[in-house]
Amino acid sequence: MLKLSGVHSYYGNIEALKGIDLEIKEREIVTLIGSNGAGKTTTLKTIVGLLKPKTGQISFNGKDITNVPTPMITKMGICLSPEGRQIFPRMTVRENLEMGAYTRSDKAEIKESYERIYDLFPILLSRNNQQAGTLSGGEQQMLAIGRALMGKPKLLLLDEPSLGLAPMLVETIFELVKEINKQGTTILLVEQNARMALMIADRGYVLETGKIVLCDDAKKLLESDEVRKAYLGE
Amino acid sequence: MFFQQLINGLTLGSTYALTAVGYTMVFGILELVNFSHGAVYMFGAFVVLMLMTALKLNFMLAFVIGVIITGLLGITIDKICLFPLRKKKAPKVASLISTIGVSIFIQNLVMLVWGSETKNFPLVLNLGSINIGSLKISYLQIIIMMIAVVLMAALTIIIRKTKIGKAMRATAQNMEAAKLMGVNVNFVISFTFFLGASLAAVAGVLVGMYYQSVDPMMGFMAGLKAFAAAVLGGIGVLPGAILGGLIIGVSEILAAGYIHAGFRDAIAFGILIAVLIIRPTGLLGKKVQKKV
Ligand SMILES: Nc1ncnc2c1ncn2[C@@H]1O[C@H](COP(=O)(O)OP(=O)(O)OP(=O)(O)O)[C@@H](O)[C@H]1O
Ligand SMILES: [Mg+2]
Repeated sequence: MLKLSGVHSYYGNIEALKGIDLEIKEREIVTLIGSNGAGKTTTLKTIVGLLKPKTGQISFNGKDITNVPTPMITKMGICLSPEGRQIFPRMTVRENLEMGAYTRSDKAEIKESYERIYDLFPILLSRNNQQAGTLSGGEQQMLAIGRALMGKPKLLLLDEPSLGLAPMLVETIFELVKEINKQGTTILLVEQNARMALMIADRGYVLETGKIVLCDDAKKLLESDEVRKAYLGE
Repeated sequence: MFFQQLINGLTLGSTYALTAVGYTMVFGILELVNFSHGAVYMFGAFVVLMLMTALKLNFMLAFVIGVIITGLLGITIDKICLFPLRKKKAPKVASLISTIGVSIFIQNLVMLVWGSETKNFPLVLNLGSINIGSLKISYLQIIIMMIAVVLMAALTIIIRKTKIGKAMRATAQNMEAAKLMGVNVNFVISFTFFLGASLAAVAGVLVGMYYQSVDPMMGFMAGLKAFAAAVLGGIGVLPGAILGGLIIGVSEILAAGYIHAGFRDAIAFGILIAVLIIRPTGLLGKKVQKKV
């Protein structure tokens, strides 16, 4: 469904991605793990076109999207719930969700999407007319995921959805990610919490300073010595 | 006497408000003070006048066409002078200087094409006035205020309720996230410049009608005062620009009437400074939230 081959991305002169090869198949949960500054967020930004790769290719369902602008990529069905939530603070919860559906015009289906999201995150319904900037961190995280889902993505990219959440809520978020996947959405999950991520994922990639160093079934990664030492703290 | 001054001040203030929203909307999205805005206001007044005198169009037609042309000028300024700088991630001050350059360019262009002397603006709506005791309100004043109210209401509805308005707010609050939602932010920016410039053109024409004259320098002081109004109300906040415009218009007229005509311009900026010392974010401005 999504394929990155030999992707190099730069911030000015800094080479943040040094040749990424990555593939996601339909209906999978794939997780991308790595330590701080490894380039996880950069990989997601490059996929959605916020950062243009200097060399390399990205294709989505067989179409080359390497140089497609971000709004078009969203429209094609790749939605990102970005690191740090990035919700619109002075818009209401409802308006934030509306923005998520910005590229869609199918009224009836949009209505279904709202219902689905209020179903997944009942708290958002009770905060519907509240300014998003006044939500708690956890609520904002749910809003960010809900907003990305409003785009009716074929592929959902999640950048550290559990960051800063209470342990209880972390569990809930991972459960929801599984649920969203069951409902038919393919997921690329970036996480610091490598253990939880690998437990729900089908496959995983390990990123180190801009390079993929490991790639395998999630179960195998969970058992591998390298991963256990470096990312699971054992 | 006081009520007369108040009415005169509100009339003038309405035109400041119309101009100030252009500063505030562009600032809200680009964090940039667009110093070409005053020249755009002047350009609007001139274009409408020229469409009436040179092309003999009737006023309403000239007004509509002139306002649209000026709106397009707003887009063009952004596309030619600001967009390339944004794309190169040039520092904000480069864009700022660029808008000052544009302002001078437009002034000179107008002088070159139409001459630098003050021109008569024909009395297009000679409707007389209402007299209530010693209070005299001309119909023109009422029309100016009504146009301002209607346009401000329309603008507020556009920004609060329509899809493009929501896209504008989203872009102002977080441009990268707006792109992620599928918003074509370049279009949103163009649309913002169009709205701001065409409202400034309306203000320029109304002022031309009010004083029955226009001149190539008319945008300088008016532009500065509208900018002061936007900052006074809290830059980036739409109702703030309206409130600021009215306060500056009224206080300017009151100062001229009760103190001395020479204080007209000084008072606007005096108030601005006083308010900013007490409330640095402006009257309706919100605390700046530093993004982490
Ligand atoms: N805007 C930027 N300008 C310059 N360098 C950047 C920028 N953003 C990220 N980098 C650098 O690129 C590298 C990869 O950053 P990235 O944000 O992708 O890491 P990450 O894996 O998401 O880390 P974390 O787990 O901390 O979120 C880092 O060395 C970082 O310093
Ligand atoms: Mg990151």
